[in-house]
Amino acid sequence: MKADPKGVLTGVHFLDGDHAACEGAIAAGCRFVAGYPITPSTEVVERFAARIPTVGGLFIQMEDEIASSIAIQGAVWGGKKVMSVTSGPGLSLMMEHIGFAVWTETPCVWVDVQRCGPSTGLPTQPAQQDMQQIKWGSHGDYEIIAISPNSPQECFDLMIKAFNLAETYRCPVFFMMDEVVGHMTERVEIPSADKIEITPRKYTKKKPGEFTLYATTEDDLVPEMVKAGDGYKIHTTGLTHDERGYPAMTIQAQEKMMSRLINKIRQNAHKLVDVRMDSCEGADVVVVSYGITSRIAHAAIDEARANGLKVGHARLVICWPFPEKLFAELAVKVKAFVFPELNMGQMVRELDRAVAGKAKVISVPHAGGTVHEPKIILDAIVEATR
Amino acid sequence: MAKTEIRVGGLGGQGVILCASIIGKAASIHEGKNATLIQAFGPEARGSACSAQVSVSEETIGYPYVTNLDILAVMSQDAFNQFAPTLKPGGLLLYEEELVKLNDRLPKEVKAFAIPATRFAEEVGRRLVLNIVMVGFFAGVTKLCSFEAFRKATLDSVPKGTEDLNIKALQKGYDFGLKLVSG
Repeated sequence: MKADPKGVLTGVHFLDGDHAACEGAIAAGCRFVAGYPITPSTEVVERFAARIPTVGGLFIQMEDEIASSIAIQGAVWGGKKVMSVTSGPGLSLMMEHIGFAVWTETPCVWVDVQRCGPSTGLPTQPAQQDMQQIKWGSHGDYEIIAISPNSPQECFDLMIKAFNLAETYRCPVFFMMDEVVGHMTERVEIPSADKIEITPRKYTKKKPGEFTLYATTEDDLVPEMVKAGDGYKIHTTGLTHDERGYPAMTIQAQEKMMSRLINKIRQNAHKLVDVRMDSCEGADVVVVSYGITSRIAHAAIDEARANGLKVGHARLVICWPFPEKLFAELAVKVKAFVFPELNMGQMVRELDRAVAGKAKVISVPHAGGTVHEPKIILDAIVEATR
Repeated sequence: MAKTEIRVGGLGGQGVILCASIIGKAASIHEGKNATLIQAFGPEARGSACSAQVSVSEETIGYPYVTNLDILAVMSQDAFNQFAPTLKPGGLLLYEEELVKLNDRLPKEVKAFAIPATRFAEEVGRRLVLNIVMVGFFAGVTKLCSFEAFRKATLDSVPKGTEDLNIKALQKGYDFGLKLVSG
């Protein structure tokens, strides 16, 4: 279906990433946000709070992030598309409820405008330090989806993708921005509503009495939904549950549920590959990057190419699930990978695992607080070609 | 066209960010170039140091920060003292002449252009539009974009009901800048 024109601010704007992300969410159909403002994500909810009364929706400033992250889930079961918006310290507080969203298959988007940690860290400075936390921070095994934009335009465009994927897979989708992308202002083109494709919620057509809350088929591991107030008597819980949603405290139920929830992502991992490849064919070295670091890497790659080096660039737009197969195949064709990140080496672990010793993997870590000097990435590229 | 790197500096409350934003908008929305604005983000309130960086290019802008400063526009002595030494040889300095006194921090190879922007702002009606006078001055001296692009960007950016005042301020700064570079 197409976007609701009421929420689409069609036109050309000069927006920062936070504001563009907010517009993307509203265009995608987000009509409820429960948040607790935190730098550098505050502008997202500030704009949402100002804009949403004119569109028809609600913003609630909650008492904390724990409450925010569960209030949004209530709203999903009430029929809304939702997001919560935070940064590292808030994300840490939300972890328990992220697991709840996984286990109850409640489609939500979590926006994390990353800043330097651990703890309060450098609140106003950039980092990419939450990339593993989103995958492993809540207890138990689970799969999530994470998207990383590198410009205000992508904050708009990819936010729509984030909301659509949340509906398609009914799992938490993380929108992994950082302080620079959030506070950087650039031209943002917002298309007309009829150009924006929206994935509607997968509501059942079955009647009450015929509908089983978590029933799935072999071909489609994602169950249909209903919303409160439509006459369906439903029960959902963070306990391990059966197809009806009732607690089922058995090893068999655990095994069945875990396999399905993991497989609904892993079996579709090939559909969740979004890597922007630039001149990777025939390259000696491929720089892997995501988010703001991809723009810094670009500067280093340009210089390396000017010096005659054969360098490709693989930018992860979807970071989780990590595109293992793509990199396993690329590993036999290149000498080395260079992976700069604004952290001490997080996603490079995934790359290392996928490459499995078939090529050199060089991590270019950074403690955070600013972006890499392009020269440091360039030095790593030169080292990699040796 | 190579990347043009700009910094606007002053005090919180002077409209430094708006000034930089209008420059970015003029280039990226009204003249079809690429522009990236990065504002110094910190716990600043009114009266403290404030600055913004704008990169303008025909090409896609990767690295978003200013590293090789072409143009510096300043509305406070602190901003001048802090950023003037970062101007590249052959760079341009635009400064409010009552708020900034040049000193030995100014690199020798830089061209400096002064404007009594506060007086001009008062003349057109309100001291508050100092930043828009500076935008006009920037437009006139640098000719980075057409006056029309700056005019549209200003109209997009200022509160409703203040358009006339702001356009007068813009025109005043622009005419002064033009005269300065041509004379």
